Amino acid sequence: MKKVLLGNEAIVQGALEVGVDFVSAYPGTPSSEIGNIFGEIAKKHGVYFEFSTNEKTALEASIGASFSGLKCLVAMKSFGLNVASDALLPFVYTGTKGPVVIIVADDPSCWSSGQTEENSRGFAYLAHIPVLEPSDAQEAKDFVKLGFDISEKFNIPVIIRTTTRVAHQRMPIEINSKLQAPNSKKKGLFIKDVRRFVTMPPRVLEMKDELLEKIEKIREYAEKSEINRGPTSDKIRGRTSDKLGIITSGVSYLYVKEVLEELNLDLPILKLGFFYPLPEKKINSFIKGLKKVLIVEELEGYLEKEINALAKETNPKLEVFGKDILPESKELGVELILPAVAKLINKNLKLENYLKIKNLKLEIPKRFPRLCPNCPYWFVFSAVKEVAPKDTIFGGDIGCYMIAGFPPHDIQDYLLCMGASIGVGHGIKKALQQSSGQASKQKLIAFIGDSTFFHSGIPALINTVFNKSNPLIIIMDNRITAMTGHQPNPGMGLTGMGDEAEEIKIEEIVKACGVKHIKVIDPKNMDEFKQTVREFLNKDEVSVIVAKRICAIWGKRLEGLKKL
Amino acid sequence: MNKKTFNMIITGTGGQGLITLLDIITEAAIIQGLDIKTSELHGLSQRGGSISTHIRIGKKVYSPLVALGSADLVLSLEILESLRAADYANSETIFLINCYSLPFMGTIPEKEIEEKINKLIKGKKHIISAAEICRKELGKDVVSGVYLLSYASFKKMLPLKPESILKAISNKIPQKYLDLNIKAFNLAQ
Repeated sequence: MKKVLLGNEAIVQGALEVGVDFVSAYPGTPSSEIGNIFGEIAKKHGVYFEFSTNEKTALEASIGASFSGLKCLVAMKSFGLNVASDALLPFVYTGTKGPVVIIVADDPSCWSSGQTEENSRGFAYLAHIPVLEPSDAQEAKDFVKLGFDISEKFNIPVIIRTTTRVAHQRMPIEINSKLQAPNSKKKGLFIKDVRRFVTMPPRVLEMKDELLEKIEKIREYAEKSEINRGPTSDKIRGRTSDKLGIITSGVSYLYVKEVLEELNLDLPILKLGFFYPLPEKKINSFIKGLKKVLIVEELEGYLEKEINALAKETNPKLEVFGKDILPESKELGVELILPAVAKLINKNLKLENYLKIKNLKLEIPKRFPRLCPNCPYWFVFSAVKEVAPKDTIFGGDIGCYMIAGFPPHDIQDYLLCMGASIGVGHGIKKALQQSSGQASKQKLIAFIGDSTFFHSGIPALINTVFNKSNPLIIIMDNRITAMTGHQPNPGMGLTGMGDEAEEIKIEEIVKACGVKHIKVIDPKNMDEFKQTVREFLNKDEVSVIVAKRICAIWGKRLEGLKKL
Repeated sequence: MNKKTFNMIITGTGGQGLITLLDIITEAAIIQGLDIKTSELHGLSQRGGSISTHIRIGKKVYSPLVALGSADLVLSLEILESLRAADYANSETIFLINCYSLPFMGTIPEKEIEEKINKLIKGKKHIISAAEICRKELGKDVVSGVYLLSYASFKKMLPLKPESILKAISNKIPQKYLDLNIKAFNLAQ
């Protein structure tokens, strides 16, 4: 049966088809739909699902479930893996008991990412974790299933690395309507095994050696795997090309196929589904008879480096092209790959459509994302703008309130990563404390949302209290994780599966962290809000306002739900 | 770009129902037994910002993205947003533009927008008062997109037949809004 699915929907389908038991996630575009869908359907399928407080706790939850024998899926965006990496590295040492697949969604061109243009493939080297790269929604589904197979066979977690154009690509895909029932009814069972689950020296060093051996076995497996596919050198030899071949991975493969059709070329392609470990023999066999090879991969040229190294032994005369003719930043596309291939085959293109494109962006006024009508942040931003001194420093964080950086607000002076509004704000305040004159009096206001506060604001707040600086922190509690599509968080009394949960009160956490000046205000009461900002800006200690008012969209939806 | 594949872009702003439109188009393609790939964006860009969706329909489609200069049809739900697809157009590209403006801070007067459309956009431009027609006839302009898509289908601007579009609407639109959407479809005839 065929059904049109989004890449992320296909990932869910793949996990259901192999009977996933346990799913944990923290939302982040372009991975969010995976958690959203499991939130809706988990119960129906007998799967356990949770939105965890952050990606590290999400991964840790699945590690625990894996140690207890369950089949687990974890989903996050690129930066999530940075947060989760502290747990990831030792987990690859211990290995899995129940199989684990980790979905990591990168976002080349930063369509929905503020921090960096991260290429999470780099973690493969750091962690020695197998990484597979699907190129379309069908492969996203197939690779999830394969990932579970590999994990089961080798007792190692596997990363499926998608990108925006895979995660948010729709296509008809082959689905199996008979889903395998999850086996969690047999329940998790934790059997003590300190040799396996405790990463203490000297055992940890043995574990590393075992891991490296395991990776070589997986490399052998990758040599035979159909997801690394391309002709061997004897098959290439008979072809009438200029002995040019292409090695590619992920969504770039699709662009390469388009380009070759467009140029009416039949060049040998090696498509790598495994990013790590690489099937070196297969690559060697592919490049052996070539004169030139073009590596088409998005972002940093990791494959290119590997292939350069392999070519030195296998085919020292081979000319390897990659990042010298294709960009290292931003996503690729047919319009970039076509001229690169044409150049290598010395073909003159009628490039009217490709090269004469002017940059029109400057001529078209930019439409910035804006706060929704009735968004509570309107009150917060205008109150703060009115009463804060002109030279106030504004700290931004990750959420809808990043819109503070756009007109008409323009109140965002730094923005880095989850929780940094407070963490960096503390450092700025400490630095200013050591100055004299006006600088020492400069105020700092940090904006952070409820979910981001739970995610990584709390340690930064404790650091601020402990090491004594005095920013004003405004926790924008809109009762939901809004930006990524309205996921529940610990502050709202609902779990990811919609069950009632303890509503964790932000003001009580703040108080327990040792903050003396705390006020919970509905920002719609603008006079009280402004008065409090004025008052708190003059405190010698850190102060916190919890601006508590429900997200306009979520509020409306909740009313609708209550009527049902 | 591969001539056998039909390249379409829909532009608009967050909240204009692009994803619903996409659902109808993919369904219609499946009904006709065609291969289809689309690419869309989610997240903060949805919050009233510019959004665009790429759609490729053919016998066998690889890339989900339309290459620069290779669009066959651009359907724009908002007048200024049509300009953002200018890079994807060539002299044969058809632009079907909703004469509907969602102004924002830093925007330009409508007259200037039209001048820019004439200056920057190659291809055949059709500016249609879809929003106004839908508002007048149906009392709601949320179905402007469905109206424009149906219009394009009736005028054979894309390889999806009206009967496929109608069937796709019936398959994909929730019962509650079905009647309104079918009316918008009929209005475009």
